[in-house]
Amino acid sequence: MTQPILDVQALHVAYDAIIAVSDVSMSVPKGSIVTILGPNGAGKSSLLNAIMGVVPAGGAIHFAGRALGGESVEARVNDGLSLVPEKRELFYSMSVEDNLRLGRFRLRHQGSAEPMLNEMWALFPRLKERRRQLAGTLSGGERQMLAMARALMGEPRLLMLDEPSLGLAPLIVREILQTASNLRDNGVSILLVEQNARAALRIADYGYVLESGRVMLEGEPDALQADQRIVESYLGVRSAVSV
Amino acid sequence: MAVDLSILLVLVQDGIVNGAIYGLLALALVIVFTVTRVILVPIGEFVAFGALTLAALETGTLPGTVWLLGILGVASAACRLWASRRHATMRSVAWQIGTSLLLPVVVAGLAWACIHWQAPQLVKVLVALAIVAPMGPYLYDVVYRPMADASVLVLLIVSVALHLALQGLGLVFFGSEGSRTQSLADTTLEIGPLFISGQSIVVVLVTLALIVALFLFFERTLMGRALRATAVNRLGAQLVAISPALCGHVAFTLAASIGALGGILISAMTTIYYDTGFLIALKGFVAAVIGGLVSYPLAAASAILIGLVESFASFHASAFKEVLVFMIIIPVLLWRSWRTPALLDEGEE
Amino acid sequence: MSAAHRAVALLLLALAILAPLLPGFPPFWVTLLSYIGLSALVALGLVVLVGVAGLTSFGQAMFVGFGAYTTAILTTRYGFSPWATLPVALVVSGLLAWGIGAITLRLKGHYLAIATIAWNVSFFYLAGNLDFFQRNDGISGIPAITLFGIDFARSMNFYWLVLACVVLAILLTRNLLDSRAGRAVRALRGGALAAESFGVNTFNARVLAFVYAGVLAGLSGWLYAHLQRAVNPSPFGINMSIDYLLMAVAGGVHNIGGALLGAAIVTLLRDQLQTLLPWLLNAQGNFETIVFGGLLILILQFSPQGLWPHLMKLVSRLLPRPAEAPVPPISEAPPLPLRAQPARGAEVLRASELRKQFGGLVAVDNVGFTLNAGEVVGLIGPNGAGKSTTFNLLTGVLAATKGNVAFLGEEICGSTARHIATRGVARTFQHVKLVRGMSVLDNVALGAHLRGAAGPLSAALHLDRAEEARIFALAWQQLHRVGLAQCAHLVADDLSLGQQRLVEIARALCLDPVLLLLDEPAAGLRHLEKAALARLLDRLRQDGMTILLVEHDMDFVMNLTDRLVVMNFGAELAQGRPKDIQGNPAVIDAYLGTAA
Repeated sequence: MTQPILDVQALHVAYDAIIAVSDVSMSVPKGSIVTILGPNGAGKSSLLNAIMGVVPAGGAIHFAGRALGGESVEARVNDGLSLVPEKRELFYSMSVEDNLRLGRFRLRHQGSAEPMLNEMWALFPRLKERRRQLAGTLSGGERQMLAMARALMGEPRLLMLDEPSLGLAPLIVREILQTASNLRDNGVSILLVEQNARAALRIADYGYVLESGRVMLEGEPDALQADQRIVESYLGVRSAVSV
Repeated sequence: MAVDLSILLVLVQDGIVNGAIYGLLALALVIVFTVTRVILVPIGEFVAFGALTLAALETGTLPGTVWLLGILGVASAACRLWASRRHATMRSVAWQIGTSLLLPVVVAGLAWACIHWQAPQLVKVLVALAIVAPMGPYLYDVVYRPMADASVLVLLIVSVALHLALQGLGLVFFGSEGSRTQSLADTTLEIGPLFISGQSIVVVLVTLALIVALFLFFERTLMGRALRATAVNRLGAQLVAISPALCGHVAFTLAASIGALGGILISAMTTIYYDTGFLIALKGFVAAVIGGLVSYPLAAASAILIGLVESFASFHASAFKEVLVFMIIIPVLLWRSWRTPALLDEGEE
Repeated sequence: MSAAHRAVALLLLALAILAPLLPGFPPFWVTLLSYIGLSALVALGLVVLVGVAGLTSFGQAMFVGFGAYTTAILTTRYGFSPWATLPVALVVSGLLAWGIGAITLRLKGHYLAIATIAWNVSFFYLAGNLDFFQRNDGISGIPAITLFGIDFARSMNFYWLVLACVVLAILLTRNLLDSRAGRAVRALRGGALAAESFGVNTFNARVLAFVYAGVLAGLSGWLYAHLQRAVNPSPFGINMSIDYLLMAVAGGVHNIGGALLGAAIVTLLRDQLQTLLPWLLNAQGNFETIVFGGLLILILQFSPQGLWPHLMKLVSRLLPRPAEAPVPPISEAPPLPLRAQPARGAEVLRASELRKQFGGLVAVDNVGFTLNAGEVVGLIGPNGAGKSTTFNLLTGVLAATKGNVAFLGEEICGSTARHIATRGVARTFQHVKLVRGMSVLDNVALGAHLRGAAGPLSAALHLDRAEEARIFALAWQQLHRVGLAQCAHLVADDLSLGQQRLVEIARALCLDPVLLLLDEPAAGLRHLEKAALARLLDRLRQDGMTILLVEHDMDFVMNLTDRLVVMNFGAELAQGRPKDIQGNPAVIDAYLGTAA
């Protein structure tokens, strides 16, 4: 196994009296897609936000061999971490192109943004059509594409996607996950949080299932897909199926 | 009182010139508020410091603000080094020491040279700006940055407290005597019945140039866009590596420079005391509030309106001109209040 | 009120009474104590305004000025006796506060703050320039207060008067905060949204806090005028307003005691600095403003709660642990009259063709369903399907782009959350919205807001006790119902998430609702808690209540609900009985994702 780009040990996240993530250990090998599955409220988003430094956490996080402590969000982005959050967090009153240019803020001293911009136009032709439009006028699927493209503009070493399929029609979900799969083939490591379990397991190299803030199950996609507990934790059909 | 045409024109000219300065301040207030959520009440002290620092340089005395700059520089260096104590690199430490400790020394040297060799007026203006402008980012480091997550209201209380402290320091440095500075252009333009003073032209031209420059900065440069991005979505900006502290520095530098420049421009037309800045700033505030603290064009337009109201009020009821200006705020608040939906959740703020 | 608060309050009162009686107590200090009292009155108002309601005013010195000038003008120019001007001074300050509040209090908090700066400056100029206020010379020759032959021109007698006013103000403030109106003001800190959902008119609650603070400042001004026997504009400027705010913040803006502590510290400090600083700086001027400004910044940076909590921690360490507060037994009789519930099976709510669009995003698209009395209906669907938005459309939090909602035959689409609450719709929140720092019991009692009527005046005078007793009996009843009676006296934010959700349900039940809307009630609950919640909801259903819940725990939903509405991509995917929904291929796909 290659050296992991991200390694998390005994991570713990709490908001006031409420524990969101408890004793989670996981890692992302370089150049692979790792997915985190689990029902709502399992702590998936909290895990990503803790890795990104958006919320404080206990435990150890190593990124590219370096320990992350109290660094700010922007310092982590500068190191090559990138998060496409569940709420997208776009600059809605700015144009699509401005959003993308700002995505390269961390590399602002390293040459022109144009080549990368052109790559994004090639990757998401729909965004190119709307480059002068304000981000707030985009549809849900286009917003997700923009959020991904904005993250890619900074050429991250690890891309974390928080529920990219949220509220999107199946066709667009397929498109977005295909893009993620292509990125992996180009060497980008990806940590994918998804509620669309089947789709996520199709492109992932490894998966973890979170429940109530803990890792309940982990393994290769095939093994996870065959596990009855996945279906249970999503549909709550325990009573219906097992009785 | 009848107003003949020539008086009318003088009043309009006065109104526009003062309005231009209030407009500059309103723009600075909007920039700082949208980027950092700070309502920068002490911008008035930057106005007073700018004017009185220039006046001191003109009379050949070292202005007390040089000392203040040094103290703030040391405090800012301490705060910045402490904040970054865990992740400090050689480069970042050198940068912090350079911008917070070395800069005040260089500026003080410039001020001394400027007095010693009787530099021309324009150089004095630039040195006065160089003394006051860095106070913006230093104060951001010392006062606002440690509590960047506080609510708008708490930040406002802090602003008012800072205003109080700086005004007191202004009294220590400059005494209770007022000062005027030399006009930047001594000519007078005569068009028909209208006499336009050179200073008026300078004020309007500088204002217009600044507005254009700010527009280009925010629309065309990456840093300007980064400031806008922070204003629109703080977390989103952080996720693309835009640091709120960097934006805070830029916004506060802009505000302190604009404030000081406003003071320098107005001090050739009216006497400035250590506490005059606050009243001038309040008019910028009224303009900014009319623009909802977010709209640049509305704020600029209302600033001109305020200048005109003030100018006509000072002719008809000079004792009440301040009151009349502040009363403009009432219909505006009423109108805003009318348009605000009844349910307003600021519990999370 | 905790034991520590009570102990310190009594100690301070004893000290305030006994100290000046000591032989050799310098007369100058008596005057200083009077000034502390005058400032404490203003700071007390700020505790209600800033600490309780979360609003800020930079204009309290102006209200002091309103009180002072009212009595100055009426006594010197129209020959009123000081006692006759007292009610006038209070009414004038209160009315002006009401007018200023009515203009700004619908807007975000910082507009009030900025507006008060502008008005305080304006008042200062008006008083200094109008003949009516005798300009900067001010008004002198104000008569001293006398009562039954006691001459309050004597500084010791005046001090007793101030002390009486302060004690009275403390009692009134305590009574007010501990009442229906006071809870409404305190609810502002839990978010206007939650408060409005229980029928609190948050605008009126803010105005109440502002007017109350204004009246207390007016009282201080009335006293001040008769202490100084002369008034001029200088003590009513913006700098003095900032000093008052400093007192409240330094002492501790969340406690009545903080106001007193802050007033004492700042007044004494100013007295010392006014001689020390000019000597140090070798110049004349009000240099204490530098220290005060810096002090205020440091306090807000390092101890935003002020000094009072630190003092309390110290004192409570010295005191024995207080006994546990008693829990009253369960009673079944309804303490307040109940509303008529619709007949079982009758239509309670009908939503049709609901649509909500945010910019280019369609969050809810053509959704419609009905709810019948006595049924539990689940609204489910994957994340981002538009469930929360639908919920917000039903409760008046969001305005629908298109569509109708009929509740008991009345069109409520477009109504305010408050109006919808009065019709008998109660709700809980996905992100729990309890008032932090307030006890569980008080939080629950907030739900009964619409079932009481007592106003602030009767509350301050304690004329509302019978109604309050009934409201709290009701709150206890609902707490027993959700099984949290033993936690009633805890601070709400100390509970676990699951318990907080139950507190929200108890609060909702206090409204005596026809329809109960629950937003993810089982999220964060442990297994046993979930089972208990399911039993509770089942009992409510048997009592005839209608329940709509958004929930992700399918086990919970499938076993509890009578019917399900499934949403996906903002549109309705399916409706039906849980059994049928579980076997619906479209629903399974939506949850597990199509094999892409």
